[in-house]
Amino acid sequence: MTTGIDLQASFVQILEQFGLPHGVAKLVWLPLPMVLIVAAVTVLALVSTWLERKVSAAAQQRIGPEFMGPQGMLVPAADVLKLLTKEDIVPAKTDPWLFTIAPILVFVPVFLSFLIVPFGQNLVITDLGIGIFLWVALSSIAPIGLLMAGYASNNKYSLLGGLRAAAQSISYEIPLALSVLAIVMMSNSLSTIDIVDQQSGYGILGWNMWRQPVGFIIFWIAALAECERMPFDLPEAEEELVAGYQTEYAAVKFMLFYAGSYANLVLSALLFAVLYMGGWESPIPVSWLAGLLNVSETTPWFQVVSASLGIVITLFKAYLLLFLAVLLRWTVPRVRIDQLLDLGWKFLLPIALVNLLLTAGLKLVFPGAFGG
Amino acid sequence: MNLAEGVQIVSLGVLAFLMLATSLGVVLLDNIVYSAFLLGGVFISISGLYILLNAGFVAAAQILIYVGAVNVLILFGIMLVNKRQDFTPVRNAWLGKAATAIVCFGLFALLSTMVLATAWPISSGPIAGDAALVEIGKHFFSDYLLPFELASVLLLMALIGAIVLARREFLPEEMVDSTDEVLTLPERRRELTSTPRQ
Repeated sequence: MTTGIDLQASFVQILEQFGLPHGVAKLVWLPLPMVLIVAAVTVLALVSTWLERKVSAAAQQRIGPEFMGPQGMLVPAADVLKLLTKEDIVPAKTDPWLFTIAPILVFVPVFLSFLIVPFGQNLVITDLGIGIFLWVALSSIAPIGLLMAGYASNNKYSLLGGLRAAAQSISYEIPLALSVLAIVMMSNSLSTIDIVDQQSGYGILGWNMWRQPVGFIIFWIAALAECERMPFDLPEAEEELVAGYQTEYAAVKFMLFYAGSYANLVLSALLFAVLYMGGWESPIPVSWLAGLLNVSETTPWFQVVSASLGIVITLFKAYLLLFLAVLLRWTVPRVRIDQLLDLGWKFLLPIALVNLLLTAGLKLVFPGAFGG
Repeated sequence: MNLAEGVQIVSLGVLAFLMLATSLGVVLLDNIVYSAFLLGGVFISISGLYILLNAGFVAAAQILIYVGAVNVLILFGIMLVNKRQDFTPVRNAWLGKAATAIVCFGLFALLSTMVLATAWPISSGPIAGDAALVEIGKHFFSDYLLPFELASVLLLMALIGAIVLARREFLPEEMVDSTDEVLTLPERRRELTSTPRQ
């Protein structure tokens, strides 16, 4: 395990060379990764909206956005601009306070969860000891925001959508958490860095998707349900509920919901890549490549290259999953609410429990392969 | 005082204020939905205090269990109750409120004297920090095994009870008749699968 490049230490060192005291240099460093991640996540979410348009167009044999920028890449920017300049309407007879707080409650936990998403050995905001558990905990706040939006809108469709969203989200949180627990059991740690390290060394063969095939599928289904993606987008089923809890929202508040849902999708895809597909590890181990090129792994330029490769690979895996999610949206019909709850409680939950039990058994029998 | 201490003191103040304000709101507001939402605020501020105490896992568990499960269930309870009854203000309601206030203040005074009078044994060992998770796990399976297992059995009982209540497909005849269908959507009658054959 290499320590790689420590950006913080080198940044602080450079500032100290300019004569700043150590404390001030660290204070200057502190907001940088957070601002960077928030900006990066916003861009990633915008890119995924563009991807959604393009892929859905391709799925329906259309061309999709074409004239705004190359391949219509500026459409998301135009969307944001439009939503920012629209009038922020709070309909009459709504509850103005709850109506305003709800989108924030949905939006903030998603962005907070990016605290623990690693893009490289040291490319993470904090390597928290509770790691992945923070994401599970934070994602459980969203249903409150959805219920609040549904209630505050003073609209039947909104209330139904909010209740559906909350019911769906708490039902699918359990299989999700159980499949994460199986991974955690194998890596003996909740930290996302440790989870990736445990999968490193053997390239694509070492990834958790081979050792946790059942958890792999459960996690993806549950993550899609958590993000309210197509087979499970009941909370905003257009034909039944107009737009669910978003019906009454406009302008910036709507944008918060919209951005929150896409950021959540990106987050789920990134964490899926981290948990099951080796995070920043490339399919061919980097150390093997280094041996082939005959360079030491501690060479500075090689470290820079492998760190950038790590970021690219993480994003590539995440966007591959995102592409799959978009494709699913345009190929799979929506399930009914009772089918959705049946699937969650009667199918995924027992299977996730059996998977957990099996993992524990395999861990005892083959401590080498399943993290003793 | 360095930066970290300053941040800690300020956030302690903010969290304490938030907690007091939201919990007073839970008790004093007339709208039960506001109370339920503010309860979520109370739980989140408590988890903030846990973070200040270096107990990250307990903080996350607090959010997961109390905000994500308990509070959502309370909200569900409030929003799904279909009680068609006008609210009639009770006369001399202030009497009950005053009695509650007196009892609460008495309890508060008792608890604060207890807190102040007890000589709390303060652990002098190193702060566990991120390793606290492992310590908690060890305690669960050694000296706190019995309470842990009892809590599990209690939860299992609640789970089975909930399933039994939810799966009750046989509705007695008089119950079916007495429900007026004013605000209910026209729905297909459920098949009475467990009706005894005459």
